[in-house]
Amino acid sequence: MMDHGEAADGGTPVPNALPAGEQAAVAPRGLDPGRWVGLYSRGERTREETMDALGRELLNSIPSTGLSQGEMEESRGLHRTLLLLLRLSQSCPFGETQEKCSQLLQALQGRGIKTPQQLGSGPSSFLPVEEILQEGAESAQRRIFIEAFVSTGRVDNITMVMGLHPEYLSSFWRTQYLLLRMDGPLPHHKRHYIAIMAAARHQCSYLVGLHMGEFLQAGGDPEWLQGLHCAPQKLRNLNEINKILAHRPWLITKEHIEALLKTGENSWSLAELIQALVLLTHYHSLASFVFGCGINPEIDHEGGHAFQPPSPRSCDSSPASEEGVSGSGGRDAMQEVEVLMERMKLLQECQLEEDGVTQEEMETRFELEKTESLLVNPSVDIAEHSLPHNVLCFVEDPSFGYKDFTRRGEQAPPTFRAQDYTWEDHGYSLINRLYPDVGQLLDEKFQVVYNLTYHTMAMHRGVDTSTLRRAIWNYVHCVFGIRYDDYNYGEVNQLLERSLKVYIKTVACYPEKTTRRMYTHFWRHFKHSEKVHVNLLLLEARMQAALLYALRAITRYMT
Amino acid sequence: MEKMARVTTALGGNTITGRTMFCHLDAPANAISVCRDAAQVVVAGRNIFKIYAIEEEQFVEKLNLRVGRKPSLNFSCADVVWHQMDENLLATAATNGVVVTWNLGKPSRNKQDQLFTEHKRTVNKVCFHPTEVYMLLSGSQDGYMKCFDLRKKDSVSTFSGQSESVRDVQFSIRDYFTFAATFENGNVQLWDIRRPDRYERMFTAHNGPVFCCDWHPEDRGWLATGGRDKMVKVWDMNTNRAKEIYCVQTIASVARVKWRPECKHHIATCSMMVDHNIYVWDVRRPFIPSAMFEEHKDVTTGIVWRHLHDPYFLLSGSKDSTLYQHIFKDASQPIDRANPEGLCYSLYGDLAFAAKESLISSDSNRKPYIGDRRHPIFFKRKLDPTEQFEYISSSSALSVFETDVESGSMDWFVRTAKQYVLAGRPLAELCDHNAAVAKELDRNQVAQTWTMLRIIYSSPGTVSSANLNHSMGKGSASLPLMNSFNLKDIQSGMGSESRLDRSKGESRPENILMDSSSTLINNDENEETEGSDVPADYLLGDVEGDEDELYMMDHENPHAEEQEYILPQEAFPLRHEIVDNPSALDHLQDKADSPHVSGNEAETVSLTPVESFSLISISHSLYENRLPPDFFSPIVRDMLLFYAEQGDVQMTVSVLIVLGDRIRKEIDEQTQEHWYTSYIDLLQRFQLWNISNEVIKLSTCRAINCLNQASTTLHINCTNCKRPMSNKGWICDRCRQCASMCAVCHHVVKGLFVWCQGCSHGGHLQHIMKWLESSSHCPAGCGHLCEYT
Repeated sequence: MMDHGEAADGGTPVPNALPAGEQAAVAPRGLDPGRWVGLYSRGERTREETMDALGRELLNSIPSTGLSQGEMEESRGLHRTLLLLLRLSQSCPFGETQEKCSQLLQALQGRGIKTPQQLGSGPSSFLPVEEILQEGAESAQRRIFIEAFVSTGRVDNITMVMGLHPEYLSSFWRTQYLLLRMDGPLPHHKRHYIAIMAAARHQCSYLVGLHMGEFLQAGGDPEWLQGLHCAPQKLRNLNEINKILAHRPWLITKEHIEALLKTGENSWSLAELIQALVLLTHYHSLASFVFGCGINPEIDHEGGHAFQPPSPRSCDSSPASEEGVSGSGGRDAMQEVEVLMERMKLLQECQLEEDGVTQEEMETRFELEKTESLLVNPSVDIAEHSLPHNVLCFVEDPSFGYKDFTRRGEQAPPTFRAQDYTWEDHGYSLINRLYPDVGQLLDEKFQVVYNLTYHTMAMHRGVDTSTLRRAIWNYVHCVFGIRYDDYNYGEVNQLLERSLKVYIKTVACYPEKTTRRMYTHFWRHFKHSEKVHVNLLLLEARMQAALLYALRAITRYMT
Repeated sequence: MEKMARVTTALGGNTITGRTMFCHLDAPANAISVCRDAAQVVVAGRNIFKIYAIEEEQFVEKLNLRVGRKPSLNFSCADVVWHQMDENLLATAATNGVVVTWNLGKPSRNKQDQLFTEHKRTVNKVCFHPTEVYMLLSGSQDGYMKCFDLRKKDSVSTFSGQSESVRDVQFSIRDYFTFAATFENGNVQLWDIRRPDRYERMFTAHNGPVFCCDWHPEDRGWLATGGRDKMVKVWDMNTNRAKEIYCVQTIASVARVKWRPECKHHIATCSMMVDHNIYVWDVRRPFIPSAMFEEHKDVTTGIVWRHLHDPYFLLSGSKDSTLYQHIFKDASQPIDRANPEGLCYSLYGDLAFAAKESLISSDSNRKPYIGDRRHPIFFKRKLDPTEQFEYISSSSALSVFETDVESGSMDWFVRTAKQYVLAGRPLAELCDHNAAVAKELDRNQVAQTWTMLRIIYSSPGTVSSANLNHSMGKGSASLPLMNSFNLKDIQSGMGSESRLDRSKGESRPENILMDSSSTLINNDENEETEGSDVPADYLLGDVEGDEDELYMMDHENPHAEEQEYILPQEAFPLRHEIVDNPSALDHLQDKADSPHVSGNEAETVSLTPVESFSLISISHSLYENRLPPDFFSPIVRDMLLFYAEQGDVQMTVSVLIVLGDRIRKEIDEQTQEHWYTSYIDLLQRFQLWNISNEVIKLSTCRAINCLNQASTTLHINCTNCKRPMSNKGWICDRCRQCASMCAVCHHVVKGLFVWCQGCSHGGHLQHIMKWLESSSHCPAGCGHLCEYT
């Protein structure tokens, strides 16, 4: 059967390479990164041709005598192109393009152009570069990188780090792609703005910066980026719920939902709100991941590069000089792993051993875990680092933060019983009704992350890690006040060492306070990819917790 | 509860009476179960575990099983079941994974009998064996099912589903050894209780978790399942492979299903989320529930028929903390509220009419449809004689009435749609052209309307002075005619213009005169009501327009010529054939977003400046004091409404587009949208895709405009490797070849491209058409038998 392909007006349906905004933002100078869309092409030849054209034009535009300082600074186009080249030379998944970019940069340097240098090394400041950028990475991983590169024009550092777990990454990527780029109730620029609002709550300048760029590309009004006060009232109305979901999701009530949905000029539709909620929770928990893995700024963003040659001091901060594992701690750490293995085995084998435990005791164990989580506050001595204004301007009421809901002497909000409102039964059913595709993808993502295992633990192989994973998952939910009736919270105590608990609590509740010390201090003998795995569990558990609270509020609103 | 029915049923010696009633529980219920004698019901939830006696007028709390100062989690029940053999025996599934049995015969306050703490996760379901007193089955979140012998301390056997969490377990009612288990991953497994090593059978029933299942009480082979995918499915398990025999699509995930006693095809369902009602479906009529109970205000969590052999009483517990007894007499029947008649016009004026059979048969005596009823088609459904609980006969009849071929012909519609020009030229020309088209099709009224529109809105300068003089003379000549027709005549004539044409239109020019003069009257009267002194020029001007029309009629030949020139007009300017050259690729890259490019092209066409202004002639002064076009807006609006009312939405929309801003603000957006959608719908039913697309593009309604911005993606395969193309460009990234080559001439195709869906090959529309005229094989030589339709 023949099919008429009258694409629109008979034109060739070449999809939009970049949103119109990108072209609009083009600087008047000839050298603008927006013109080199061909670099993100799948086709090798196209890339090659674009690359050659770029090189020619770049070299032509620069007199052989080089540019004076003043000219350099004036030419924003050149500046941006240089950053583009630097970024591609580091993170382009196509080897030959990567190489050409480096060559071009060197050629430019030869002409006396000040080229930018990368600050820090690799995508993460916690993980050594070699861990992440293994040569000849698995094909699955590479394929997703290419997918990401082709559709968004960059492989960001988050994607690189997640690439350690390709199975999860593909699920994560599809969800994020759907949320940000596919059809949905919210216009694209607003989605990015919501992402900015969410990330700003955790002072995550990395995500804020990333999405400021995306926001402009999607045709957003630059005015809005001045701060929340410049955004339309409708988005500002979201601030309250954003604040609550970020720090104390258990406080969300149907009144909050009602306030947003009540008819009026700036009201939200239910479908829009669901998408906004998913976006908010997604970016809150992604901020956790960014801090938890110490994601470095993107090379071409502020703080990711410098035009001066690196000073010796900045070299120190590279994680290559790993101090944690080596030294006297080595033996202890080994033992820790053995002990943990032993405990897991015990728990798995003799579940019945503690038959005598009364229900009251189980209850107190949960309460204990909750109250104990109070004690694992991160050391207070970490100075409140002053934040750049461009992040703070998206935050209203910055003092609102995570607060333990079980403070002694106060009436605690009732514990959320996991069995009464589960993701599988209730959450999914609701979300699937209001924003269908995303429900399916989230469901898949939760399942992938919950069941992800390589049956390894540090140097051991063939280990059933399910109890450990469940302990981490349930501990995160516990920190947010969600209780599983069928879980013995004593296990958490046995399986999670104190330093790990501190780390989990910090990353889940106040990620901005995470330090490199915390990261290195837990599970000292485990592989980095396993620590990233912990972070993934954290990310998803946190997202699910917040989503459950939000969806329960919506359900209550609807009934 | 206005309508309280009291129902009495005799079942053996046991009489059940009652009415719709409810009682407040203290806490949300998770599950309910009923005692064998139908006189007591147990309600279980996280914070409630009570037994109620069902009395005639009310529920009476009989026993609170939740005792102790600080009730433990063992009392937090996910499920409860009352043994159907022993009325003292109950079992609950606790959320913490414990299975508890309760003996009501115990003398102490605490009736707890046995505790089984073998499951590691929440137990979702417990089930007693229907005939064996001591056998209890449980299904848990940890993926295991366990069978307990109540005389022993531990489980007798453990069944591993080898997959995800177990959501429901049910003993087969007839097969002593068989039970069914449903899983979170969508599977259903059948087990033999004697063989714990592996399941007898497994099949995938639903997409996503299967929340519940129920064996048919009579038919041993039927199993109903309900899932998160909002479906209720009935499986016939008698055959080797489980066969889906019925499927009911509900509006929310299905939490429970329960076959209705004594009714072979009825099943009750309630949902997990959002929807609070209980439905009773006849599985053979899956589109509308046969009964509905709407009492609950939060999701229903448990439903159970009060007695094994009584189909009239349904008990339900809910998250809204109420326990209800529903009586079938009080059920609302959605079918009563549904409109039992359906009516639809086909494109060609045929009318299909479906209604309950009783309605039709009473009508048929009258036989009012004279010749039109060519062959009414009837669909009848036989009543199932065994079905005693059918409330409303579900048989209906469908009749199709055909209009006679002549009057129903929609030829004029298609031709008009094809020939009208809606944009791209000055208004006057558009009007003239469209008037000519209408006239060609003998639609004089429409033609007149176009002409008048031109006169009202276009600059008068376009008319040459010679023409004007000409018209002055004739105009006065036509005046006497005014008296011979009155307005009312015209109004009635307008409705069915073709008839009018035939009856009065012996000579066409006369007919036109009539039309024009009558409209003149119309204008005249308007003038008078305004109470202004009518400037003579104005009147003349008006007549001039008609005269112009006449003038054109006189010269048949030029008219025909023009017609010819217009005919091949397409909905949008065809792209000129592009000379294929090897460098075409570069172009492709440049126009990365080419879908927009073509759009712009069309716009520029429509925006060509109106050239006629320079032609303003001497006669201009004559028209200085002519009325502004705004003055006519109400009339034009009425005219549009009139045509729409008459069913000629084509005219309405065409005028709307041609006049554009001149009239748009006069009509509210919603009406316009309505017109547009009607017209577009009609065009598409006639498969006039190009025209409908043009209309969409030209429309100024936002809602319409974005119609063709949806689903603009076209997925294509690479012609070379047959795999889906990536989303960028025309070059396949696997085999690095250009995919848009014409299979016939081997050049890059720009413009219209036609593909075979079977083998992914294609090329220039003309080339492929020509090729397939002579050959049935693919021009690329791949051996595929392509077909061009």
